[in-house]
Amino acid sequence: MKKIRTSQELDSLRNSLLQQRDPNKPCVRVCLGTGCRARGSADVMTSFKDGIERQGLEIQVGCKQTGCHGFCERGPVIVIGPREIFYQKVKSSDVPEIVSKTLLNGEVVDRLLYIDPTGQKALYEHEVPFYKKQIRLVLANNGRIDPTNILDYIVIGGYQALARAITTMSCEEIIDTIEKSGLRGLGGGGFPTGRKWRLCKEAYGEVKFVIGNGDEGDPGAFSDRSLMEANPHSILEGMMIGAYAIGSNQGYLYVRAEYPLALKTLQTAIDQAREYGFLEKNIFNSGFDFDIKINRGGGAFVCGESSALMASIEGKMGEPRAKYIHTVERGLWNQPTNLNNVKTWANVPLIINNGADWYAKIGTEKSKGTGVFSLVGKVNNIGLVEIQMGTSLKTIINDIGGGITGGKKFKAVQTGGPSGGCIPEELLDLPVDFERLTEAGSMMGSGGMIVMDEDTCMIDVARYFLDFLQNESCGKCVPCREGIKRMLEVVTKITKGQADEEDLELLQDLARIVKDFSLCGLGQTAPNSVLSTLMYFRDEYDAHIRDKKCPAGICKDLITYVILEDKCTGCSACLKLCPQQAIDAYGLIHTIDSAKCIRCGVCRDACPFEAIVAK
Amino acid sequence: MVNLIIDGVKVQAEEGSTILEVAMFYGISIPTLCHHDELTPYGACRLCMVEVEDGRRIRLVASCLYPVREGIKVKTHSERVIKGRKLILELLLARCPNSKTLQDLASKMGLEQIRFNMENEDCILCGLCVRMCAEQMGSGAIGFVGRGQKREVATPFHMASEICRNCGACMYICPAIDLQCRGVKSPGELCNSCLVITPQCIEKYDQVMCTLESCGACVEKEGK
Repeated sequence: MKKIRTSQELDSLRNSLLQQRDPNKPCVRVCLGTGCRARGSADVMTSFKDGIERQGLEIQVGCKQTGCHGFCERGPVIVIGPREIFYQKVKSSDVPEIVSKTLLNGEVVDRLLYIDPTGQKALYEHEVPFYKKQIRLVLANNGRIDPTNILDYIVIGGYQALARAITTMSCEEIIDTIEKSGLRGLGGGGFPTGRKWRLCKEAYGEVKFVIGNGDEGDPGAFSDRSLMEANPHSILEGMMIGAYAIGSNQGYLYVRAEYPLALKTLQTAIDQAREYGFLEKNIFNSGFDFDIKINRGGGAFVCGESSALMASIEGKMGEPRAKYIHTVERGLWNQPTNLNNVKTWANVPLIINNGADWYAKIGTEKSKGTGVFSLVGKVNNIGLVEIQMGTSLKTIINDIGGGITGGKKFKAVQTGGPSGGCIPEELLDLPVDFERLTEAGSMMGSGGMIVMDEDTCMIDVARYFLDFLQNESCGKCVPCREGIKRMLEVVTKITKGQADEEDLELLQDLARIVKDFSLCGLGQTAPNSVLSTLMYFRDEYDAHIRDKKCPAGICKDLITYVILEDKCTGCSACLKLCPQQAIDAYGLIHTIDSAKCIRCGVCRDACPFEAIVAK
Repeated sequence: MVNLIIDGVKVQAEEGSTILEVAMFYGISIPTLCHHDELTPYGACRLCMVEVEDGRRIRLVASCLYPVREGIKVKTHSERVIKGRKLILELLLARCPNSKTLQDLASKMGLEQIRFNMENEDCILCGLCVRMCAEQMGSGAIGFVGRGQKREVATPFHMASEICRNCGACMYICPAIDLQCRGVKSPGELCNSCLVITPQCIEKYDQVMCTLESCGACVEKEGK
């Protein structure tokens, strides 16, 4: 392959590719993102390939893999071009029918279409309520391109922004554009990206580095992962533009080793970019040299923090340092370093292509653009969501998420992962942006959004996150290492019904000190789960402490299982399953011996008449 | 030279020096457990936290790491700082109840009780030995192992180190285990037998006003 040296060469490559590719040729795009893969989309892909090959249809129809489409709840999902018909929950056994009907004859297989709760069938992706209210910028091409093929990215206009930035714009102009667009760090901090670049450019250093942070460690978050797996070139292109503007010649991508697919896709993308001359010496004959290296992280949550991440790249223990001298001045190997989240990098080519004003029009006054969230928990539509900043939580949960599973009542939504807080029902109209979430006691974080229903005990939730954080704290500073441990002790005491008012006071004192005195962001945000639940769900704390009751029926030490006499039919379904033989049958009505009961809940789940409740 | 105000006193300091260095130079005492003049500042014990106002906002910073800047105002003993230090010391004492260094600090700061379940560790994980070994002895035989609750100082793979020269520098610098407090009778008790000093001026003025350590003017001594 001849390397691309000028923007004309890039254009002519793109034009020749466009001519080669027939836009009317039916082509099936199978999601091979991690979610769909887990549901067997790799088999579906093989079946398509085999089926097409066996029937000798390679010329008439095409088939390619894509990254995550977002609607993971309904995986494996496929989209068939050129009509863009959307099928969900596709199995290998459905493939022959899809090939013969849809691919060859353009007929629609009805049973594979998405049916919304009102009974309406959706033929196209944009008709599905899950996608309707989303605005997809960063994720726009996730379901369109083959992440392992750079030509797919070039066809949709990839690397045009790089060509334009390098050949027609000065470094100052690029930074001005990013600054004017209002792009902010999407890793959670929300620091203005343009200002960060400028600080890094102005900092003195013989060498400078750029880093893409793909170390996503929050429980329930998968937005960085999906982006890296689906559209790796957009991240690389953003990093190249940033590096050119800042004056850096070496980039690093820090990705956790638990993301093998992301690592593989990124490495393929880097190799292809090198092959085509985008990662090279003298890129576009401009004298700008750049290369990117992938660093695999060992999976420590704290390594998502910038200074810990840099220590880890240096080969040291992944622990943060105080950032009174910022990393843009002294970062990796004490050189000026600009670190951005991979989602932030992926926004850069869009801004260069469409202009700062276009981007600045999207979103709210202070938070521009879109936010990418992993919507998980007790919602009907689990998946990857991209919304305009300022969209209300209600829209995300009810319209996009399709409401709470099982028709239960909404209780809280946890945003921002372990560092974020729980937002109650009263604040559901809250527009999602950096400022509003922080004011509500939570944060944007890396974009996890965990929805909880009425059966969730908020103290148990706080306990879970504290437990996660006490294991993931690096242990360097005392408030974080010792403080979180002691907070967990107190919260555990509350869930066991052994706590009193003094313990609650101690918990609040601890939360304040951990927040104020910790060294890095992990510790400073660690008490958020406790503080926000204390703020919004104080009555639950009181119930646990004063009445020794768990209103949600979760904390085992505070509940007893009771069989309701009027509902029990004496079917003995519970009796057979009880591991403790704690259920006795006197005549028709069963009773539970609470001394023997271990509160495992097997009986409640087994009862077909909902006669067993936790009190 | 940089001009700044520490505890109401206008002082001058060399550019690049930390608040802790400047405070020590002017005789203002800030407690610390992980700092040593000859070693790289680490910022782990968080006892040296002070309040800094830089014209835009007031925030808490670790004085051992924060480089002095023109015009900043520093409060080394404000109520917020003292309260935090006390709780951090309480957390450390719950981990290592028999450390004399910690017990003495507790007496000095007027800590009244330990409200946590007691552990019986010796190491406070200040990292002085690790830095001493690497920076001054040029050896690097010991380091931190594990993270979170499992963090400890050890040799690689817990095996006898080939590069350790048994020089004892790590033991020399350790603030925690050199002296053990014998005054603690039952778990959770504070010893308080060596000295009891309650600085009165904190409650009155929200900070210790004098710039000398234990000047005595505002200190009330009581025997226990």
